[in-house]
Amino acid sequence: MPDLLEIRNLRIEATSYPPGEPPRDVVLVDDVSVSVAKGKVLGLIGESGAGKSTIGLSAMAFGRGGVRLTGGEIVLNGRDIRTMGAAGLRALRGREVTYVAQSAAAAFNPAKRLMEQVIETSLSHGLMGRAEAEKRAVMLFRKLGLPDPDNFGSRYPHQVSGGQLQRAMTAMALCPKPDLVIFDEPTTALDVTTQIDVLAAIKEAIRDTGVAALYITHDLAVVAQVADDILVLRHGKKVEYGPVAQIITDPQEAYTRALVSVRSIDHAEKPEAPPVLSVQNVTARYSGTNFDVLKNVTLDLPAGQTLAVVGESGSGKSTLARAITGLLPPSQGRITFAGRSLSANLQSRSRDDLRELQMIYQMADTAMNPRQTVGTIIGRPLEFYFGLGGEEKRKRVQELLDEIEMGKGFIDRYPAELSGGQKQRVCIARALAAKPKLIICDEVTSALDPLVADGILKLLLELQAREHVAYLFITHDLATVKAIADKIAVMYRGKVVRYGSKTDVLTPPFDDYTDLLLSSVPEMEIGWLEQVLAHRRMESAGN
Amino acid sequence: MHPILKLVAQRLALGLLLLLAVSLLIFLGTEALPGDVAQAILGQSATPEALANMREALGLNQPAYVRYFQWLGGILTGDFGTALTNGQDIGQAIGQRLGNTLFLAACAAAISVPLAILLGLLAARYNGRWPDKVISGLTLSTISLPEFVAAYFVIFLLTQVFPIFQPVAMVFPGMSFWERLNAVALPVIVLVLVVLAHMMRMTRAAILNVMQSAYIETAELKGLSPMRVIWQHAFPNAIAPIVSVVVLNLAYLVVGVVVVEVVFGYNALGQYLVDHVAKRDLPVVQAVGLIFAAVYIGLNILADVIAIIANPRLRHPK
Repeated sequence: MPDLLEIRNLRIEATSYPPGEPPRDVVLVDDVSVSVAKGKVLGLIGESGAGKSTIGLSAMAFGRGGVRLTGGEIVLNGRDIRTMGAAGLRALRGREVTYVAQSAAAAFNPAKRLMEQVIETSLSHGLMGRAEAEKRAVMLFRKLGLPDPDNFGSRYPHQVSGGQLQRAMTAMALCPKPDLVIFDEPTTALDVTTQIDVLAAIKEAIRDTGVAALYITHDLAVVAQVADDILVLRHGKKVEYGPVAQIITDPQEAYTRALVSVRSIDHAEKPEAPPVLSVQNVTARYSGTNFDVLKNVTLDLPAGQTLAVVGESGSGKSTLARAITGLLPPSQGRITFAGRSLSANLQSRSRDDLRELQMIYQMADTAMNPRQTVGTIIGRPLEFYFGLGGEEKRKRVQELLDEIEMGKGFIDRYPAELSGGQKQRVCIARALAAKPKLIICDEVTSALDPLVADGILKLLLELQAREHVAYLFITHDLATVKAIADKIAVMYRGKVVRYGSKTDVLTPPFDDYTDLLLSSVPEMEIGWLEQVLAHRRMESAGN
Repeated sequence: MHPILKLVAQRLALGLLLLLAVSLLIFLGTEALPGDVAQAILGQSATPEALANMREALGLNQPAYVRYFQWLGGILTGDFGTALTNGQDIGQAIGQRLGNTLFLAACAAAISVPLAILLGLLAARYNGRWPDKVISGLTLSTISLPEFVAAYFVIFLLTQVFPIFQPVAMVFPGMSFWERLNAVALPVIVLVLVVLAHMMRMTRAAILNVMQSAYIETAELKGLSPMRVIWQHAFPNAIAPIVSVVVLNLAYLVVGVVVVEVVFGYNALGQYLVDHVAKRDLPVVQAVGLIFAAVYIGLNILADVIAIIANPRLRHPK
């Protein structure tokens, strides 16, 4: 019997419009062949730009923007869907193949109730009546662990949380009883503690409904929990394709081995030292609200070391950075920096206060002026703080570029011509140009692919050893924390729930929240998800 | 209180405040006009004594703020005063013409609004293809014609080439609804041609803007037909910008159609206003100006309220 989905020698192209050059055709996916049997899960893994989503959507013969399927066959249930007309594809989309997007928050229509959207496909394709479809939707809400499944559907998308929306989207995909579901990074935008629940719900739903799935992600540890087979992609080409156990435990290709062993940084924690930054009993709220987003936060950051602040979204990590930089003056508490008391308000800080405290952001893209060259961007703090100009400034910029391991050619380039990792390096160089004592790094590696992020972290550690700069490293990613921290503060709902040296914080006994957080980080190990869930069930039964 | 009621109450209060400010502006504007009303009524040959008596009779010797509050108080009790030129009660004169104005505007709106939205949806559906180009081309050429040209063209076509309608839109009390409808057919056609393009273009632009959203891709991946995607998923999220333009055009239909009224000899508010501006009949100008301002403000409040109601985040707070 042929498999449910067979993709043979797929080739996908698009037209690219590089600035200042004539448009040209680029190959996004080249000669990729995979098959998915009924009830099986194929994981598609690779960095951004590897062609994962493009291949996933090709199973619905859908190309985003100007993407064109130009070669090969996509055989679904025995028919080559590349040759089908628009009406045939409409009959197939939503009935045989459904799609779960990365950002469910954007993928749900804000103007319509969830139930309407979840059962819409079943009704418009005439698969079932309204009553039956609603019953099935409620059943799926229950199976996916949504609160109050009977009434969940009467809410609007903005009335439920991100994790719940992601589950609702899974229910929407499963409701018309498709043969194949495409999951496109369904847990990437979620907090790690939410991700594990959604992952478990998706896995269980796949198992119970017997549906086949394409599971797209950049996180090998996640896909190892749900997939039967894995296709590793790079630059639109196949790197390695095989059963999940083989890929994880016995990868054949160098690139796969690098993915499996990523986060290989070994960083020994430094001994105690006098603090460069000391936050004492800081409480802060946004104006116009009556809710403290930071509650009595006390922390010390030793000079030349790294304090990692971890927590889920909404825990107050970034607000802490805003309080330290003076963007959000705290209502109580004091902040001491380099031996002097920092004024709460940004406007009344001295130029040295500003210079010695720099920031790097998550989105390097939006943190740079797209109309300035790399040389201008890095040169600005040299002008502003040190009055450098002309040849002197250019020489110093080049030195900084050398420090961030970017060579000669970059000084006259524009941000748009750089890769994500290179952009973040330029932001680091700009921060370094001010010769700071402390750099606040706000999720600086979160938007980057694992291997690129790894490079950035190594660079940051080297720079720290050379320049003796301290980092306040804000992240939700515990692997990053383990890689680079000397001290760790775990934040939850505006409070520091655990604080100390890396070894102390990561050594049991844990408080409840830290335990939940640590045990939720996916490990590159088949069966990890089941073990964690079984362990949690046992504990809750024991209580 | 439900947040929507609160927002609506806020808008209404703001609208009333705005109307009050407009009434002051109208009063000050007419006050600042050069010329003397008494002189205008009595003519150049009036004796100084007669002029003084006339001013006394009209209350023009009182300070401006006293007259403002008298005028405002009168309007609040339904008394718009009397026209200087013919001594008619302004309230009565306006009442009948306002009815005619609203009838014409309502007929034009009943056709143009649904038609503009439908054409806008179709143009968005076939974005960049021939139906889009035909719709855009036609509506843009009708809006480019001056109203009186369009009016004469329509008169020529529908009374001379195809003698279907009367060239003059005479209405008088006692006409039946159907007779009225028949009478206003030509001005309605002209007004539809004039207001169609603006609303249609905005509908198209608002829909195309929403079509970039991720949830539209979700709808397409559900295998829904393009028209269903537009109607069910794009349109509900494009209501606010569409309504604001629709309302702007409705306001125009009420207050800005004097040219069309004149061409068709239709006895309505615009013509009445222009006549009395020419005669410097300030109480009439003030009263009609205030009514037009009230229509503008009221319709814009309506647009705001619809936009608020169309937003599920406000309608169903967390």
